[in-house]
Amino acid sequence: MDAEITLRVDGEEHRLTVDTRTTILDALRERIGNTSPKKGCDHGQCGACTVLLDGRRVNSCLTFAVAHDGAEVTTSEGLAENGELHPMHRSFIEHDGYQCGYCTPGQIVSAVGMLEEVGNGWPSHATENVSAEGNAGLSDDEIRERMSGNLCRCAAYANIVPAIQYAAEHGEGVERGGNA
Amino acid sequence: MTATQAPGKAVGAPISRVEGGLKVRGAATYAYEHRLHEPVYLYPLQSTIANGRVTKIDASRAEAEPGVVVVLTHENAPKLASTDDKELAILQSGDIGFRGQFIGAVIADTFETARYAASLVEIEYDENEPDADFRADRDDLYTPEQLNAGFETDTSVGDADGAFDSAAHKLAATYTTPREHNNPMEPHATIAVWDEDELTLYESTQGVFWTQKTLAPLFGLDAGKVHVISPHVGGGFGSKGLPHANVVLAAMGAMLVPERPVKFALTRHMMFTVAGYRTPTIQRVRLAADENGKLSAVSNDVVEQTSKIKEFAEQTATSARMMYDSPNIKTTHRLAALDVSVPSWLRAPGEAPGIFALECAMDELAIECGLDPVEFRIMNEPENDPESGLPFSSRGLVECLREGAERFGWNGRHPTPRSERDGRWLVGSGVASSVYPVYSMGGNAATVRANSDGKYEVEIGAADIGTGTWTVLGQIAADELGVPFEDVEMKIGDTTLPNASGAGGSSGITSWGSTVVEAVRSLREKIEADHGGNIPEEGVEATAKMPKNPHSGDFAMYAFGAHFVEARVDEDTGEVRVPRMTSVFAAGNIMNAKTARSQFMGGMVMGLSAALHEESVLDTRFGHVVNHDLAEYHIPTNADVGEMDVSWIEEDDPYVNPMGSKGIGEIGIVGSAAAVANAVYHATGVRVRELPITPDKLIS
Repeated sequence: MDAEITLRVDGEEHRLTVDTRTTILDALRERIGNTSPKKGCDHGQCGACTVLLDGRRVNSCLTFAVAHDGAEVTTSEGLAENGELHPMHRSFIEHDGYQCGYCTPGQIVSAVGMLEEVGNGWPSHATENVSAEGNAGLSDDEIRERMSGNLCRCAAYANIVPAIQYAAEHGEGVERGGNA
Repeated sequence: MTATQAPGKAVGAPISRVEGGLKVRGAATYAYEHRLHEPVYLYPLQSTIANGRVTKIDASRAEAEPGVVVVLTHENAPKLASTDDKELAILQSGDIGFRGQFIGAVIADTFETARYAASLVEIEYDENEPDADFRADRDDLYTPEQLNAGFETDTSVGDADGAFDSAAHKLAATYTTPREHNNPMEPHATIAVWDEDELTLYESTQGVFWTQKTLAPLFGLDAGKVHVISPHVGGGFGSKGLPHANVVLAAMGAMLVPERPVKFALTRHMMFTVAGYRTPTIQRVRLAADENGKLSAVSNDVVEQTSKIKEFAEQTATSARMMYDSPNIKTTHRLAALDVSVPSWLRAPGEAPGIFALECAMDELAIECGLDPVEFRIMNEPENDPESGLPFSSRGLVECLREGAERFGWNGRHPTPRSERDGRWLVGSGVASSVYPVYSMGGNAATVRANSDGKYEVEIGAADIGTGTWTVLGQIAADELGVPFEDVEMKIGDTTLPNASGAGGSSGITSWGSTVVEAVRSLREKIEADHGGNIPEEGVEATAKMPKNPHSGDFAMYAFGAHFVEARVDEDTGEVRVPRMTSVFAAGNIMNAKTARSQFMGGMVMGLSAALHEESVLDTRFGHVVNHDLAEYHIPTNADVGEMDVSWIEEDDPYVNPMGSKGIGEIGIVGSAAAVANAVYHATGVRVRELPITPDKLIS
């Protein structure tokens, strides 16, 4: 069964017909032609498909497109503005926060979404005082915990953590929550 | 961003990956992502039995599904020109050799339709009881003719048995490593297109020419009729080296729908069935030493598995032949041939499991001798290669051990297990050595072109699987040309480029780099001889083959390393955490300080993963891996990795290749699992000889 929906992807509106079994990931990759989010497991277990859906990070492989008519989707490609790389992009390159690059767009979108969550005071498993309002902080352990939904088989983790710290501290427009 | 490098200074500099801007945006094109006109989608049918044959396939319901183009089975499959390789010769009969083997496919106009229609195909089998039980006490173990990479199956120097019997100190123990799956983040993917008698493959591969040379004879084609394109590869770790049946299935499917691109990516589940894996090993290790701790015997008797349909014999014990000085060294390999899928390469095949066993045994014998594990290794350092008798071109193990001990804070460590605790956490430290051979592979050629605007192009059909090839080959070329790095443009990953070996055996830079250096030298000579030292208006190019290493055969060539690990074990739950690892490597001249550090680190973490997480659990009744996804087959997450201290010593080795480099893709994984296991022993007093070290093994 097909359905007609509208998705706003990286600022551009797309009117498209999707099979109701089509995930947002497959709609992006196979219908719209945006292959920035990757398919690593199609199971919600690796995070390579992470996009911002109406501003929040989700595994797009677990999200049916038909259920999100009218939604705003941001991929790593969409984080770049006017051809300029996002501060998180630049920091990943500088810190070599990747090798093969396949999990990378998902890591970067996840990192940007994660910093927003920290900025909003959302606690994590690594947060010592979960009742401290709006002050989750951004220690290395917080980043490790909050980024553990994005697997990297090349194991760039020990470079991803400082890449995110650097972008959070130095990146214009990258929100940083609380004090570390 | 990376500053401009002065001419001649690119090699060694921490230059960021040239394709970084593409990768971070998700704009680097991986195999499945090439935009082609009107593609169709292939979803495979896989055997649900491990031994037997297909007796009936009823595809009528699938064929009736709107959008289905064709159903491929052994009844309508193209006949292959060569069926020697039983892993690749799929759909030539109804015979089944392992569970998950391809027995057909549905091709449809969308992925969703192909997948659903595949579920409608009804298959009947004639089933035999599978034999998938891997044990060392089987009575049908056999001796393979030779091992992977051509190594001898069994070796014996001196009399290891006799020396063991009469030794002052001895250790005999059995170590086991499990079946492990490579699991690169990018699933194996192909887009195949037939156009008359030519086959184009957009492929995720560690070697475009390996794919070309494997596929062409299967379809009775000249190699030149198979065009393989693979600019970016989302990891391989060996599983995209020797081509697997998925690419054959895609090519067969494409044959049925000429000119239409057929897209096929393995699901994560399928990657546990057809994409290769590391054999489980059972290693009986015996070490003996005199009263001073000098080794008198080293032996490793290995049992591993292969598939009944195709032999793969991993070289598990080869590192025991050369690692330490002993007058008596013996190694053997025996195989169990089972109704299982075909094992293959996984990062450091041989060395990774073999050194795990040897380096745990060295730890055990050091303790038995009352010696510090670092000093015990140093006192058994050989003068020359114990296997060949040749001198080492360079051997930096002792320096790595000393440097690592210093950086880690090893000295002053209390030798007694369970001597340090932090609340509920038992704290320990462990060490292990690492080694990996310097391989080079033949058949390489490169073309270098000089343009009159002062820019250069370098062409070679090499691969970048996350290894930094795009960047590092450019660095090598720039320095040899004596021009800024930015003036060199690389072209790799395509069979229209000069022939190249693949990314395997950590041989890439040795093989491709030597060839690029030679091509640059040819270009210089040509410019000098034909153009009076000036680049002509129309440009000029030169092609050269990889030169033979004049020192080959004169030296034993290896990279070395030492790992130091802190382990913390929760006394109540058995949970193991590794807050820090220090590793020091002796790997010749390091080509790029930034990408090299990442590569070492990736290997170290994969060893940590082998130590604590990875195990593919086979249900022997049915012959399939039950934990076949990333929720149940555990690899480290960000929170599993602590502080990583990675460094290398200065090592000048003029014999390995013109760059003085040694391969670094695999050495990081070798020994790191042993260092973790030795640290866990030091923390707890519990010696776990069966990987992975899961909590149940520590608290029972």
